[in-house]
Amino acid sequence: MLTQTEGSHAVAEAVARCRPEVICAYPISPQTHIVEGLGSMVKSGALANCEFINVESEFAAMSVAIGASAAGARAYTATASQGLLFMAEAVFNAAGLGLPIVMTVANRAIGAPINIWNDHTDAMSQRDCGWIQLFAEDNQEALDLHIQAFRLGEELSLPVMVCMDGFILTHAYERVDIPEQAQVDAYLPRYEPRQVLDPAEPVSIGAMVGPEAFMEVRYLAHAKQMQALELIPGYAEEFRAVFGRNSGGLLHPYRMEDADTVVVALGSVLGTVKDTVDEMRDKGARIGVLGITCFRPWPHAAVRAALAGAKRVVVLEKSLAVGLGGIVSSNVHNSLAAPETPVHTVIAGLGGRTITRASLHKAFGRAISGKLEALSFLDLDRAAVDRVLVREREVRRSGPIAEAVLRDMGAPGARIG
Amino acid sequence: MAFQPVKFYQTGTFTVGNRLLPDAERSVQANMRRTNSLNSGHRACQGCGEALGARYAIDTAMHATNNQMVAANATGCLEVFSTPYPETSWQIPWIHSLFGNTAAVATGIAAALRVKGRTDVRVVAQGGDGGTTDIGFGCLSGMFERNDDVLYICYDNEAYMNTGVQRSSATPAAARTATTPAVGPEPGNTFGQGKNLPAIAIAHGIPYVATASVAELRDLEAKVRRAMEFRGARYIHICVPCPLGWGHAPHDTIRIARLAKETGIFPVYEVEYGEVVSVSKIRHPVPVEEYLRPQKRFAHLFSPEPHKAVLAQVQAMADHNIRKFNLLEERAR
Repeated sequence: MLTQTEGSHAVAEAVARCRPEVICAYPISPQTHIVEGLGSMVKSGALANCEFINVESEFAAMSVAIGASAAGARAYTATASQGLLFMAEAVFNAAGLGLPIVMTVANRAIGAPINIWNDHTDAMSQRDCGWIQLFAEDNQEALDLHIQAFRLGEELSLPVMVCMDGFILTHAYERVDIPEQAQVDAYLPRYEPRQVLDPAEPVSIGAMVGPEAFMEVRYLAHAKQMQALELIPGYAEEFRAVFGRNSGGLLHPYRMEDADTVVVALGSVLGTVKDTVDEMRDKGARIGVLGITCFRPWPHAAVRAALAGAKRVVVLEKSLAVGLGGIVSSNVHNSLAAPETPVHTVIAGLGGRTITRASLHKAFGRAISGKLEALSFLDLDRAAVDRVLVREREVRRSGPIAEAVLRDMGAPGARIG
Repeated sequence: MAFQPVKFYQTGTFTVGNRLLPDAERSVQANMRRTNSLNSGHRACQGCGEALGARYAIDTAMHATNNQMVAANATGCLEVFSTPYPETSWQIPWIHSLFGNTAAVATGIAAALRVKGRTDVRVVAQGGDGGTTDIGFGCLSGMFERNDDVLYICYDNEAYMNTGVQRSSATPAAARTATTPAVGPEPGNTFGQGKNLPAIAIAHGIPYVATASVAELRDLEAKVRRAMEFRGARYIHICVPCPLGWGHAPHDTIRIARLAKETGIFPVYEVEYGEVVSVSKIRHPVPVEEYLRPQKRFAHLFSPEPHKAVLAQVQAMADHNIRKFNLLEERAR
């Protein structure tokens, strides 16, 4: 059913149609509207056969999901930012135990300085934890990826993180097609756990494993993620057959034919990137876009093939590996058939900084003309940075950094956009 | 010969008098059909109080639930010695997730069972004092506050034994641990309020809270059985001496546990809906010195000569417990 609704509400409706049995929730912006929606559906009875548990922390949220999943229930939770970090130990644990929990991450920056706005630092911090990580481009895809996530996770017995940009998607009202229950039932089979805490067939889950077998257990986790690479395109295809639209898959290539410059990005910024590329194409630039939908497992072969014709690659990423530069770009670089192909890392949109078409035009234009640095920061206020650096050289007690930057900027709110 | 009622505890020996009882009244451990939930062959140290306590507690819970039970276990000695891959001592469905999340994992299991209509299957969570009073405290408090249908059992050996005897918030005042060494002007652990978890559990208003001891195994069984008669959050805190960490002979585990109770240092009591419903009376009152002296972790209190002021402080804490719980047996005047 087509409806104009908030991204969080769309996701809540999708999750509800997946018939979750245990949902645990701890509030953190910008994830709150999703679990509020689900909570009210459980409370009203609209979502039957489901336990909604208000827990005391994100660490508990993931732990309750672990217990529920190990006892054979379809388990779901949602978090963001500091919450994802606070549950990190349990996030790794869920993957290590092979429990197919689905979790929405409403992507948000990590403090300090505390910041509630969107970037990808939270999800990127957990990229190697063993979860499958899918990134939604828009609200329709966010909705759709949750349905695919349960299917994929339960088939492989692996947890799946569906990442959607905080506020930009979670709080945006867009037209979405909310599927019928019958469609979801046709696509998503009943959860048949591979391991379950059952008094009729007692097993020990979570034994201590020493050097004699730890490598093998870890390798199996990797092998399962490799299986996911094979399953994901087929599940997207099946999804199209049942729901009648393209969603998910490994990559979203756009105007890649004859492109010698390719922009790689994840999430909602792809919309702005595509608009920019359209305008540049109109002026004759041979530029295309490669959207990464599946970030973990990393679709190595697919990225390699997609970038085979590129003369240069611009990776636009909403996270910063402090002391290195780009995270996504490091992955992209590994997948290039011709390693000498220039890869430009553009760090953008940290802490919700607006990414404008004007700025992208400049960056992509500089890339085409060979002037873009290997690592650059979109719309960085260099003068503000320099003022702090100068003060630190001159004054020992230079004070807290964030406050110094803000004081120098005057009224920063007026500058957003 | 005059009629003589059967006694469980025979004066002086404390032998459990199962053979004198009808079958139905015998202990779970004496039952031929006991489940051996924590089976033999595990790797606990000789004289491990935790292994003994867990064996009795879990077998009793199994008995009380007609073997329809799932257990969640915190990281710690109990987890490590019972499940070294590829072996497991557990004859029950059992999960270990992390050190600090056991109560929450148990909540999740209970929720899954409820949604699947399997309310006949009950959930027990268990951990040591570190996993309970320190790192797992947040999840435990949350589980209590929501009154989730979980029995949480804490095996309290008063320090982080698995990692090499470091202080926990359950470590008693003046005790020597690897992180509260017996050096300096005030050797051993500092004197503070301690973290009295049974009292904190009671403050959550949950249906059932009890303390128990491996020195009183019949009482321990009775409390686990009673706990399983309630729905909602329940908590049992068991005193389990650790020969390695406390520095006593392995064959003295039960004797030391008994001294903890008889001195008043570890009060054994039972609380239902916030009301104390039973206390284990002290049968033979003894000064705390008799409890402290056989343990190497307190050796610095007696060498080169007794630290009278510190001993008096510990005695005062025991006396406080005796008064608070009215632990002394009332004698005919």
